[in-house]
Amino acid sequence: MKDFKHISVRRMTKRFGDKTALHEFSLAFDKGEFVTFLGPSGCGKSTALNCITGLIPISGGEIFIDDECIDDSRNKVAPEKREFGMVFQNYALFPHLSVFDNVAFGLRLRKHTKKSVKEKVDTALRLVHLEGYGSKFPAQMSGGEQQRVAIARCIVLEPRLLLLDEPLSNLDAKLRVELRYELKALHERLRVTTIYVTHDQTEALALSDRIVVMRAGKIQQVGTPEEVFSDPANLFVADFMGFKNMWKAKIESLSQSPDHLDAVVKTAGGSLRAHLRYPEGDPRRSALVAAQASGKPVVTAIRPEDILLHAQAGMNLLSCTSTLVEYLGQQSQVSACFDASTPEGAADRIDFRSSDRVEEGRGLELGVAPDKLLLFPELDTIASTVEEGSP
Amino acid sequence: MRSKLKLSSILFAAAMVVYVANVLGILFTVVLNSISKDWFRGVFPKIFTGDWYRYVSRDHDIGSLMFVTFTVAFLDVLIALAVAFPAAYVLARKEFRGKGLLLSLFLLPMIVPPMAYGIPLAMLCYKFHLAARLSGVILVNLVPIVPFMILILMPFIEQVGTNLESAAVMLGAKRWTIFRKILVPLTVPGILTAGILSIVKTISMFDLTYLVAGGNTQTIVVALYADAYAAGARPPQAVDALAVIYFLTAMICLLVALKFVSPTQMVFKLK
Amino acid sequence: MSSASKSGSKVLLAPAIAFLVLLFLYPFAYGLYLSFTKADGGATFANYVRFFKDPWDFRTIWTTLWISLPITFINVGLAIPFAYYMRRGMKGEKTITFFLIVPITLGAVLISEGMLSYMGPRGWLNQFLMAIGLVHHPVRFTHNYLGVVISLGLSGFPYAFLMLLGYVSGINPDLEKASQMLGASKFQTFWKILFPLMVPGVAIAFCLNFVMAFSVFPSAVLLGQPSGPTRVIAIAAYQWAFEKFNFNAASAISMIMAAIELIVITLVLVWRGRMYKGASIVGKG
Repeated sequence: MKDFKHISVRRMTKRFGDKTALHEFSLAFDKGEFVTFLGPSGCGKSTALNCITGLIPISGGEIFIDDECIDDSRNKVAPEKREFGMVFQNYALFPHLSVFDNVAFGLRLRKHTKKSVKEKVDTALRLVHLEGYGSKFPAQMSGGEQQRVAIARCIVLEPRLLLLDEPLSNLDAKLRVELRYELKALHERLRVTTIYVTHDQTEALALSDRIVVMRAGKIQQVGTPEEVFSDPANLFVADFMGFKNMWKAKIESLSQSPDHLDAVVKTAGGSLRAHLRYPEGDPRRSALVAAQASGKPVVTAIRPEDILLHAQAGMNLLSCTSTLVEYLGQQSQVSACFDASTPEGAADRIDFRSSDRVEEGRGLELGVAPDKLLLFPELDTIASTVEEGSP
Repeated sequence: MRSKLKLSSILFAAAMVVYVANVLGILFTVVLNSISKDWFRGVFPKIFTGDWYRYVSRDHDIGSLMFVTFTVAFLDVLIALAVAFPAAYVLARKEFRGKGLLLSLFLLPMIVPPMAYGIPLAMLCYKFHLAARLSGVILVNLVPIVPFMILILMPFIEQVGTNLESAAVMLGAKRWTIFRKILVPLTVPGILTAGILSIVKTISMFDLTYLVAGGNTQTIVVALYADAYAAGARPPQAVDALAVIYFLTAMICLLVALKFVSPTQMVFKLK
Repeated sequence: MSSASKSGSKVLLAPAIAFLVLLFLYPFAYGLYLSFTKADGGATFANYVRFFKDPWDFRTIWTTLWISLPITFINVGLAIPFAYYMRRGMKGEKTITFFLIVPITLGAVLISEGMLSYMGPRGWLNQFLMAIGLVHHPVRFTHNYLGVVISLGLSGFPYAFLMLLGYVSGINPDLEKASQMLGASKFQTFWKILFPLMVPGVAIAFCLNFVMAFSVFPSAVLLGQPSGPTRVIAIAAYQWAFEKFNFNAASAISMIMAAIELIVITLVLVWRGRMYKGASIVGKG
């Protein structure tokens, strides 16, 4: 394997006809990093992955490994020469070859000796806990086992970059958690530079060193799982990270200090105070200032977990009426509205969790701490999602 | 309700019995006629003989007929596979402008009957001195076989997921390797189906072969037609003896074919 | 570095396109050219004029239509209920389809040769018909119009049936269940749901059957009266080409044959367009 420090993608663009599936995608990967492309279907994450492999040609931009340009949208290194490995959603195991032959496929093309092939394949199978499965055929294995073979088939070649395209999405919930754990352990052990594509935020949070949130072919935010989870860059990322309570609001006042912003906003449920850690220079801060000046509406975002049934001192109070209670075992999922008698009051839905029993149709006095409340300008409407590209 | 259902079953069964009885009747008549003498009345012939087969083997060079028939069938299958497989691959995998038009053009030789394009095709064979030669017979028989193969192979190739090819590429395989190690092994059932059906079709291909074959490039079915046409020239039982030889040849191929394919695959497949 | 190449797929298509052009399109164009040419060169309509003026040749159109149209209607008309009946498979299906495929595989020459004896005046069929008292004198099945039509039925019906069987069994069975759950009787379900969905298949089966019947050749010669009531258009073309060696006249007849087939196919497709407006196939894979 040729050694390298970074893989950098610069302003990579992909157009299908007149549709732009990927718009000026720029990102640098450090060696050994685990990066996840996260987004809903059609956001361009798979297109980005396939463009990096070279399986689909890019329309613009460049890809570099250190100083070596492997793709500048006119000339490209063929995918088979990039020394990248890819794991596909539906495994793509060769059905006519045994597990051993599947894993050995790439090694034999590289003219390894018989002995070396055997050693490496055995090691790879051991790594994915499939010792002794070599003579089986893909059709005789479960989905989870097949995906392990697919992973072994890639890592046996010690690729410079390992790409996984929604590798767990065809598995049932239990297997998914299990294999996720194993992927993590495998990465801790081998430290292969990895790009992982998923629409599942839990997978992304659990596995990644960095997460790239995408929407309609554009990067929305790049950050560590903590950053993306607790400090989303915009309303879209917040929505994707579980800020389910989103209510339209108007800014009544803003008081600025260098590292944060205190706001009072008017919602259908009354005035709420927000303590926002948006330092100077944060685009969200300037957007809110602009929204106040122009009188444009903004949106509040709160996680269900941050709304408490019993308000504490210093919290914002939310007077509302519960409308629907779903019993989930340890907790109940409660939906409520501010005021069912007016259209504005009924429009916003309040979602929260409660360990205590809540009856439907009861008046509630909920609490939310000012620093748990985020404020965002409304999302600009981007032309509807583009189609996912496939090779 | 129940009686209605029964009526339809009876009608269906009766029709099938009538149909099958007549087909069997035709075939058995040919066989019995070829081994009998003086069968002018009665359900079965009284005197059996092998004379007519001796007659046929004097009359025709059976070895040559067989040789031509099978050479044409096998060579056509090989050539047609080499032409049709790559085309079927592109048509199954790629989208390009004019693909629909190209597909319908490929279908045309299957839909247009041989008698309509066969006559000008035969004239070209005469013009280029290919008529009455083995090469000419092989060439004209390609016309219905190549489109037939493309049509059969396409779904088999479609079944091989593009992901498998991408996976092979990512593992370092080049085009030729992918073709040899992935595509061909995974489409063996399709290749077998197409090959066997084409052999059966070519053996019974009369019209085109008849228009260009001559002398020692006749296939069995052409020789049979010629004998039947010149009915007065030889005893009808001798014609039937040749018919039995052809019948056995075709039936053996058909039985082999049915080991691999279903009868519905042998007609023009609707999509 | 290698530049992304798209020419690869064109290379793979090349042999097939060369085949199509050289062995099919070029001969067709050559035939078209010959048909508008005099024997000694020079453009002319004479080959066509001669055909339409010669009652002996011109009549072959009606003769051929009179043979091919009725039997096509019969073949397809019978194939529809039979395919419907067998759409979910049944016991003995393999045996039935085997006997259906036999006449197609053996071809017209063998079937005609067999019919000459089997359906002849002393053949089994006439013996049987007389034995059960249905007729008192042998019926003439061969060397006439009837013989040609029967031979076309023996090979055309299975062809239409097997085609439609493949088509009908591809229609999602849930559609039928849904129709019945909505209160439709079996017949209503067939007439309102299945038959409309079968229309595209029926149209193609009709076209192919007709085209085969219209270009009937060996059985018209062997089983019919090739110098009279069953002198079909293919015989006329053959005689001009290989008995009179007038390739120009023969080509003109070939072109007329193709044109008539095209007209009938167009009519059928227009009918299909009126009957059926949905996607070309409904249901599962």
